[in-house]
Amino acid sequence: MAKGKVLLEVKGLRAAVAGNEILKGVDLTIRDGEVHAIMGPNGSGKSTLAQVLAGHPAYTVLAGGATYEGKDLLDMKPEDRARAGVFLAFQYPVEIRGITNSYFLRSALNSLRRERGEPELDPIDFLQFLEQKLKSIGWDDSMMNRPVNEGFSGGEKKRNEILQLAVLEPRLAILDETDSGLDIDALKTVAEAVNQLRDPKRSFLIVTHYQRLLNYITPDVVHVLADGRIVKSGGPELAHELEAKGYDWLRDAAMVS
Amino acid sequence: MTGIEAHVQQPYKYGFVTDIESEVVPAGLNEDVIRLISAKKGEPDWMLDWRLKAYRNWLKMSEPHWPNVKYGPIDYQAISYYAAPKQKPKLESLDQVDPKLVATFEKLGIPIEEQKRLSGVAVDAVFDSVSVATTFQAELAKYGVIFMPISQAIREHADLVQQYLGTVVPANDNFFAALNSAVFTDGSFVYVPKGVRCPLELSTYFRINASSTGQFERTLIIAEEGSYVSYLEGCSAPMRDEHQLHAAVVELVALDRATIKYSTIQNWYPGDEEGRGGIYNFVTKRGKCAGVNSKISWTQVETGSAITWKYPGCILQGDNSIGEFYSVAVTSHKQQADTGTKMIHLGKNTRSTIVSKGISAGRGQNTYRGLVKIMKGAEGARNYSQCDSMLIGDKCGAHTFPYIDVRNSTAIMEHEASTSKIGEDQIFYLRQRGLSSEDAVSMIVNGFCKEVFKELPMEFAVEATRLLGISLEGSVG
Repeated sequence: MAKGKVLLEVKGLRAAVAGNEILKGVDLTIRDGEVHAIMGPNGSGKSTLAQVLAGHPAYTVLAGGATYEGKDLLDMKPEDRARAGVFLAFQYPVEIRGITNSYFLRSALNSLRRERGEPELDPIDFLQFLEQKLKSIGWDDSMMNRPVNEGFSGGEKKRNEILQLAVLEPRLAILDETDSGLDIDALKTVAEAVNQLRDPKRSFLIVTHYQRLLNYITPDVVHVLADGRIVKSGGPELAHELEAKGYDWLRDAAMVS
Repeated sequence: MTGIEAHVQQPYKYGFVTDIESEVVPAGLNEDVIRLISAKKGEPDWMLDWRLKAYRNWLKMSEPHWPNVKYGPIDYQAISYYAAPKQKPKLESLDQVDPKLVATFEKLGIPIEEQKRLSGVAVDAVFDSVSVATTFQAELAKYGVIFMPISQAIREHADLVQQYLGTVVPANDNFFAALNSAVFTDGSFVYVPKGVRCPLELSTYFRINASSTGQFERTLIIAEEGSYVSYLEGCSAPMRDEHQLHAAVVELVALDRATIKYSTIQNWYPGDEEGRGGIYNFVTKRGKCAGVNSKISWTQVETGSAITWKYPGCILQGDNSIGEFYSVAVTSHKQQADTGTKMIHLGKNTRSTIVSKGISAGRGQNTYRGLVKIMKGAEGARNYSQCDSMLIGDKCGAHTFPYIDVRNSTAIMEHEASTSKIGEDQIFYLRQRGLSSEDAVSMIVNGFCKEVFKELPMEFAVEATRLLGISLEGSVG
């Protein structure tokens, strides 16, 4: 298979939160259309990597860098990263009182469209656009007129993140433990939607603690993050190996190397 | 968080001064000043007597210091109690209003010229101590609706004014109400006859312009049996280093099956970042649901003033009457607000709803203070209260003092309260979806206030969202 162009290149990335160094030198290259999974034990820095790539202000980059479409990603404001096509599906999506999902989605989409020089969608055009999107991933519009994430179950919140992904059509989608807290049916629903959204022009970085999501979304590359470094990379079979053996053998390997 | 705070603390846009020749009564308060005000208004003797009685009561009263606000002493002798732009004593038509005044109101978004008027809204424009124009008076008269400056009503509808003035807020109700009763200058008078649904929104815009003056407006609205009226008030003032006192009284009377909807957008000058200048907004507003099945609904958006001290309330006297209070109060810089409502349930099956949203930013202090009182005879009374506070930054404060006094065991009371802080995570979530941090704050604040904004008439909802730096789209629809 011919390799796509490099979309994201992370080199020697070190980052800290509240004075604690979490990422201790991460290297990662993601090309167009690739699906990468990052696995690792709790506290290994998986979510930190996701937050740093999206630009959460609480995290400080200590060293190293990341380029996205050849540009310095870490130099961009969070909203500029989003407008350039970087999307983060949050592990803990926030609630926004009084703002309907539909209005929120339209505002977000229009801010991306403005950036791309495309006309903004009015509420009617947006509804049509949304209907198509929902149809393509096989969902209904039951969540659209409810306030963003307010009173949503854990599963609904995660589904809502994937819906936003579908609407905003990013080039790089980072899924931060989207599978956590989902029962098996919800997991399948989410995985199917993600599979629908796989595209030669769209890459995924899927952060997960468990292998089970990868039963439904087959990654191109699996990385293991331990103590702030990627200690092993491989094909989808690596995920199965981790499921069978746990993380300890890798952590030991990392200590030795 | 500095970006968020800067956004909330936008510069005051209405701080200009109109350069107009004014007649200002020298500072100080005594019986002669009151006689002078009364004479300037061409008032009958009974009105002057009422004022003097209020003044003599006021002398015996002391300024209340129980509100959760701090300010230096007010020198009541340093204030001028009457300021009016010089103009022709008798205007034949609105076209004769001084162009400077017309331009002032136009700049404030309140066109009073015939051809530019807001459709569907009749406006009474009050400049310092006098009403300078009231639009659509003749059109309203066709429906029997009286909408005019209260000084005109005192001369032309003395019977109605005498019957109702001071019946909801007595002249000796409190220190500031007593002061107002003694020296009030202009404000609006509304009378809606039996069975009439007022065809226009009625609106009064209050502008303080002169320095070292106080504004003491008085508004009286009477809705007869089965009538309906929606009234809006707005206000603003120039930026000055001194504090200016605004002590208004508003009285509403709703008779059987009548409904009064009263909305306020309060945007007095709030003072600067260091708390220099700004209006002291010490106001008494009260409505009486005198008749059965009557309804009074207060909606207020309080963004201005250095200090706000007001509790628009309802006396629910008629059986099955309804009182509502929807409030958004914003304090930033060093603003202080102590505001809320009083719901006094007297009649059977009376219902009240209170929704209060306090937003504090900068070093602002925001207090909700509310009283729900269910009297012995108020069989089957119900109240629902919801007080939500939002904090932006870590130097501001939110306080809640709900007083509940129930004397009838059939009453059902519900009280909900919440305090939240706009957090980095919330802002980040929205920025990650492509919104700028300003738009993110707007969206969060707008969503927080939505339950109140949806109670405002359309024209005011626009103004309110704009005032909070919020795009229109989120709040409406």
